[in-house]
This record gives sequence, structure tokens and C-alpha cells, in this order.
Amino acid sequence: MASSSKLPQSAYNPRRHVGVHAEWISDVSSTDYPGHYPHEDHSWDLEKFKQNLQVKVQRLSQRSIEFDLVGVDASIANAFRRILIAEVPTVAIEHVYVWNNTSVIQDEVLAHRIGLVPLNVDPSMVEWRKNAPGFEGQPNDRNTLVFRLPISCERIGGNKKNATGTQQLKNEYVKSGDLVWQPQGEQVSVFESCPPGPTNKDIVLAKLRPGQEIDMELHAIKGVGKDHAKWSPVATASYRLHPLIILNPEKPVPPHLAQKFAKCFSPGVVTVDEDGEVSIDEKNMRQDSVSREVLRHKEFEGCVQLKRIRDWFIFNVESEGPYAPERLFLESILVMRQKIATIKDAAEGLMRGEDEPVPEAAADGDVEMTET
Amino acid sequence: MAQEDFDVPMDTQEQEQDVDLEKIKLLPNASDDGTSASFQVIDEDHTLGNALRYIIMKNPEVEFCGYSIPHPSENKLNIRIQTYGNITAVEALHQGLDNLSELCVTIEGNFREQLEKVGTNI
Repeated sequence: MASSSKLPQSAYNPRRHVGVHAEWISDVSSTDYPGHYPHEDHSWDLEKFKQNLQVKVQRLSQRSIEFDLVGVDASIANAFRRILIAEVPTVAIEHVYVWNNTSVIQDEVLAHRIGLVPLNVDPSMVEWRKNAPGFEGQPNDRNTLVFRLPISCERIGGNKKNATGTQQLKNEYVKSGDLVWQPQGEQVSVFESCPPGPTNKDIVLAKLRPGQEIDMELHAIKGVGKDHAKWSPVATASYRLHPLIILNPEKPVPPHLAQKFAKCFSPGVVTVDEDGEVSIDEKNMRQDSVSREVLRHKEFEGCVQLKRIRDWFIFNVESEGPYAPERLFLESILVMRQKIATIKDAAEGLMRGEDEPVPEAAADGDVEMTET
Repeated sequence: MAQEDFDVPMDTQEQEQDVDLEKIKLLPNASDDGTSASFQVIDEDHTLGNALRYIIMKNPEVEFCGYSIPHPSENKLNIRIQTYGNITAVEALHQGLDNLSELCVTIEGNFREQLEKVGTNI
């Protein structure tokens, strides 16, 4: 029926649809819970989940990835999105020791800028500072990377001016590439293949005039984005629901209005043949912005339904920092699994503790608050 | 001594594996038979709260499951579970965690398969 049948037939199952109307949206919440539909079993079933689940990488480049995650609930997709932004660890500069700074940019402003520089350090090579032995947070060669920023600006060739009347200056711009890594202890061998440094060497950190200088020691540690955005491994991590445009066969778009109809959608979504008959390009449908422009025109009333597919997530993840874009999603799953394992272990204690305190409370009628 | 220097990080690794019993606790006023109870998880938020709520609600033995973050500036997550009576709330929680874990494994496997098709190896 449609020009290029790219969408599976199951995409047209109305239960999967979120309605998009002129002034409101409908059927937003998922309904796949036991007891929601009479005589239907919606309890958790791994085999059924495996059958329905679809992951498809749509686009992969140096810095970003677009993939579809189909057949999961919004709570699951959202968990991964949130983890990508806030809980996948990276390494960033956290402690700044300013030995000298005679530039016009204040110490704290410069320190903040330096902290935001993405480093190319694989976080799995660095331990957590909070797990350090002895005194908590003690730096050592396994949890801290040291950089120096010794730089001063001077005139090249004395006071001579060039033809345009300007002076040649050395180190007029302090850039991220000026950070000098200082290997500590075993780091020389550990980071031999990939010496730590900024992923982009051309980030301007400060500007200097002749005679001004900056000398700093910088300590980079492992952290997560929820503590500070500088530890976030992504530039963006977002999803949108797959758009769905359904033409009404009962009320076709009048041929003389076909071009106007097509212009209501993103380019390529609506195709018009030589007879002025309108059809939807299913392959390009995912690119539609669902702007609802078509719903503003009286003449198109009832011609078309705008929808989105509730369990079809189009993820877009841009990597910033050490992770390859395709690795980021896997890292987020790993973090999720660690979270679950931690709680699972702790909840074992709940199982054991369950039978013990209860008889105690029953014996004298009072609940003792001994255990915190 | 070099020997000692080497030993220290090993200890911390063992510490990491230690179970953090403070992570989750049973809140007071659970029912006597244990079929309805509230739990409090430390240092978790909507990320885990909503996902866990969803998967526990998928359990046909569970009548109600909900979560809340009682105060935005405290890193605490409350989860309420009430069952129909055939299992306890703690059991429902454990089943939920297991199901969520196998869900993650499935997605991970699927994603890796896809990457192989695209021709990327990680």
C-alpha cells in the first residue's frame, strides 16, 4: 500500500500509539501491566521481551551514534539516558594549585575553565579517589593524574613591529594543548600507549600580554556527571519517539491541495505523484518533526492522524571525551547492572534480617530502634 | 617496602566488594505478614526508581508499586510494594531486581550483536 514499506506492520498497532493533537496529546502512559486488560497476561516474560526487543544502529560516526531501541518501556530507556549523562564516569581536572597567575583572568575562573577540558583518559585505567587506602581521598598514582601549565607570554624579536604595526607574540593564547602531563609512579608504563592529554588541543583557556605568566599544577581525578557536568562523557544523550503519520483512506487529500499538504511536514515525508495523490514515505517518516502544522488547516481536518510510537526510542548520543560513541551505551548498561547488583546484595541482608527483629518486637510489644 | 605498597590496593578492592548494608533499609510500619512494605534506598534517584517500579509492577503477584523521592536535597529513594499475599514485599523486590538485571543483559547482548553487524568491535 505505502510507497516503501519500511515499518513493520506491528508499528500500526494502536496500543503502541501516543496521539498528537492540535492542543493536547493522548494515550501517553504505557498499559502493559498485568490486570490492565481483562484476560490478557502482561506479566514480565523474558522470552517475550527478547522477541519484541529490537536494537538497530542507524548511524555511527567518529563522535556520535544514532540507534533505535524498540520494545522497551520509557522508564528503562530513560534510565539509560540519565545514566549516560550523569553516571558514566570520566576523568577531569578537579584540583588546581596556582603557583602564579598574572593574567587578567582570575584564578577561580581559569580553574573552572580548565576543569571543563575533556581529557582522553580511559576511566577504567584510573581508580576512584574515594576508594584510596588509608586517609579517604589520598591521592596516589592510581587515582590522580598530574598536569602542569607553565606558560608566559613574550615578544618575538624584541620590540620590533611588523608591517601591519602589530607585534609578534609568543604564547598570546593559552590553549588546552599547553597542558603538560607529569607521569607519577607507575603511570609512565601504564599510560605508555596513550599519554593523557586534552581530546582537543585548541581550546583557548586564557589570553596573555607580554610579561604575563601562568604557572599551575592540576590534578585530574575520576568522577561522574551528577557531581559536576565536567565529568559527563556526552555532549548530548537524548531520545525521541518514532513519529507515525496515518492518512485517512475515507478522506483523501484533494489533489489541488497536495503540495500544500506536503509542505506541512518535514521535507521528504509526504510524496505527491503526478495525479496529485498523496502518500507517506515510511523511510523518511522518522525524520518528521511532528510540527502539527497540518492540524492548523481546516481543509485537512480528518485527513490525517499524527502519532508517535510509545516504545520506539530513537537515541542520539554524542560523545565528548574518551569513549567511542558506540561504547557509551554499553557503559551505561554496565553502570545500571552494577547499581542493581549493589542493591541486590544489600537486599539479601533484608531477607536475613527479616525474621530476626520481628519476634523481638513481638516479645515485649515495643519495637527497639537499636539497628540504624 | 614494595611488598606493602602492593598490598594496600588489594585491600581496597576487597573493601569494594563488601556489601553495603546501609544501601537499602526497611521503613517502619510494614505489615506483619510482610506482604506490604516500604523500602528506602540511599544514593539512588529516578534512574533506578522508575525502572524498578516498572518491572515490579509487571509482577502479577504485586498489587501496587510506587516510588518517591521524599525530599529533593536528600539522596533517598522510597519504594512502596504491596502484594496480593502470595509473596512478601521483599521477595517481590528481589524478583524485580532479577528481572531488571536480565532485561539489561538482553539489551546489552542485542546491542553488541548490532555493532558486530555494523562492523564495529568493542
